Amino acid sequence: MVLSTQSLCKKFGSLEVARDISINLPAGARYALIGPNGAGKTTFINLVTGQLKPDSGRILLDGQDITRTGTADRVRKGLTRTFQINRLFPELTPLESVTLAVCEREGVSANFWRGLSAHRDAIEEGFAILSRLGLADVATRPTRQLAYGQQRLVEIALALATKPKVLLLDEPAAGVPKDESAMLFKVVANLPEDIAVLFIEHDMEIVFSFATQVIVLVGGAVLLQAGPDEVKEDPRVREVYLGSAHV
Amino acid sequence: MTHNQTSAIVESPARWIRSRNRWTIFEILFWIATLAPLYFFPAYLNLASQVAITALFALSVDLVLGYAGIITLGHAMFFGLGAFTAGILSSRYGWGEPISGLLLGGMVAALAGYVTSFLIVRVQHLALIMVTLGLGLLTFELANSLRWLTGGTDGLTGISTWKIFGYFRFDLWGYTSYAYSLAVLFLGFLICRLVVSSSFGLALRGIRENVQRMPAIGSDYKWHLRKVYTISAAIAGIAGALLTQTTNTVTLEVLSFQRSADVVVMLILGGTGRLYGAIIGAVIFLVAKDQLAGINPQYWFLWIGILLMAVVLFMPKGILGGLSRLIRRED
Repeated sequence: MVLSTQSLCKKFGSLEVARDISINLPAGARYALIGPNGAGKTTFINLVTGQLKPDSGRILLDGQDITRTGTADRVRKGLTRTFQINRLFPELTPLESVTLAVCEREGVSANFWRGLSAHRDAIEEGFAILSRLGLADVATRPTRQLAYGQQRLVEIALALATKPKVLLLDEPAAGVPKDESAMLFKVVANLPEDIAVLFIEHDMEIVFSFATQVIVLVGGAVLLQAGPDEVKEDPRVREVYLGSAHV
Repeated sequence: MTHNQTSAIVESPARWIRSRNRWTIFEILFWIATLAPLYFFPAYLNLASQVAITALFALSVDLVLGYAGIITLGHAMFFGLGAFTAGILSSRYGWGEPISGLLLGGMVAALAGYVTSFLIVRVQHLALIMVTLGLGLLTFELANSLRWLTGGTDGLTGISTWKIFGYFRFDLWGYTSYAYSLAVLFLGFLICRLVVSSSFGLALRGIRENVQRMPAIGSDYKWHLRKVYTISAAIAGIAGALLTQTTNTVTLEVLSFQRSADVVVMLILGGTGRLYGAIIGAVIFLVAKDQLAGINPQYWFLWIGILLMAVVLFMPKGILGGLSRLIRRED
């Protein structure tokens, strides 16, 4: 397993936002994390990536305990996330943003005595990532000028630049119109096969067509983990999550 | 974007990055123009030296404020440390060699910058402003109380600066002072330009644009912040030492809150995060002060206040930002 959590627990006051969450992500996974609003999906990602500290439980990356490792260190070890609400660098171009992430990964961003253009490999790698996501045409425009859907792709490009082993996508298509979100998920589906992907998504059609396994989170606890077909048929899932309107 | 541009980037994105950082004709003309006081305005050479020294100080603040987004109201502490280091060196120890004085002033300020940077990276927003303000006031009072070393409210006298390279004597009219100040400003500018156009500079801009995202791309951004704060302190210290050497006096004013605040006003006037904004801001501020104080010495700050409000309201990115927007619109 490339990523495991063991009995992760977290309380905000008396509210249990994570209850005994144990999941396993194998290499190359395409897992979906679903659940009603307030189920604790984003909290779970925050726990795994280190924005929040768990009250108890362990997180293992490649068998190594990272429960007490800082966020940036986890990223350098290969555990990266994207954000539900864009967290980009508005005045930087996508090329600069992604190059920055590559430079941070390569440890050359501390270098202040050589011009950025001397780091040719980093720049070209950054541009290659953008090209792969169809962003070559807008690579040199300030990010804030990009269409919203393109900005969502920059989110993913930034994550890819860290060379992740595990990629946690928090609603990658949040706020994107339905026809464009399918395109976004094609990008997700075409991510390098060795990356383990866990994504949060509300659109069940997308979940069931892109995920090989679905983890259902309710009230901070895992209700069920199973293949899409089984999840679709599970009466508990229908009741708590899908509701009658969806089926 | 046209197809041609796109394919040029595809061919070499590194070249595109480099082209953004090339010296422009405006820059070259600007630096040639800085020689004008030597030939055309010899009566204003003292003012010109003040401007060059203050511009170097403003550059150092632009690194932290304009690029890394650290809002500081206490940067005079580094300027003052550099100034007093050079002053004490000459007045108490009789060492007036200018280049080593500059370097030592820079080193002392850098050391103070490095030590305080651990505190600076722990706080943000209002708390950050208060911490920088507090450190500035603390340094001022410390210097005030160490009379035996700093001269207290009287300041240091009996400073003499030797010939530069043992050859260029500081003359009465200020030719050497200005040439020296300008040369140091230019070198300081080259260093700042290198810093902001490096991968480190890109990381600084990333911090300014979205500090919360930085850990998520694997960045130890606090280390970046500590580093830029130290570099900035060093440059501020050199500017301070330069003031001591060109005026042969140091007073507590070099550490004053007024100096910290003025430099921020200059940056806002000129435009933050673009280096030249710092220089232009210093020119406008000090020339305005000189001219307006000539008209009415008591109330000249009134005009700076009006100018500041006008710039903030109509040119939120400073005078240079407003100009570059105008030029781009004409293209």
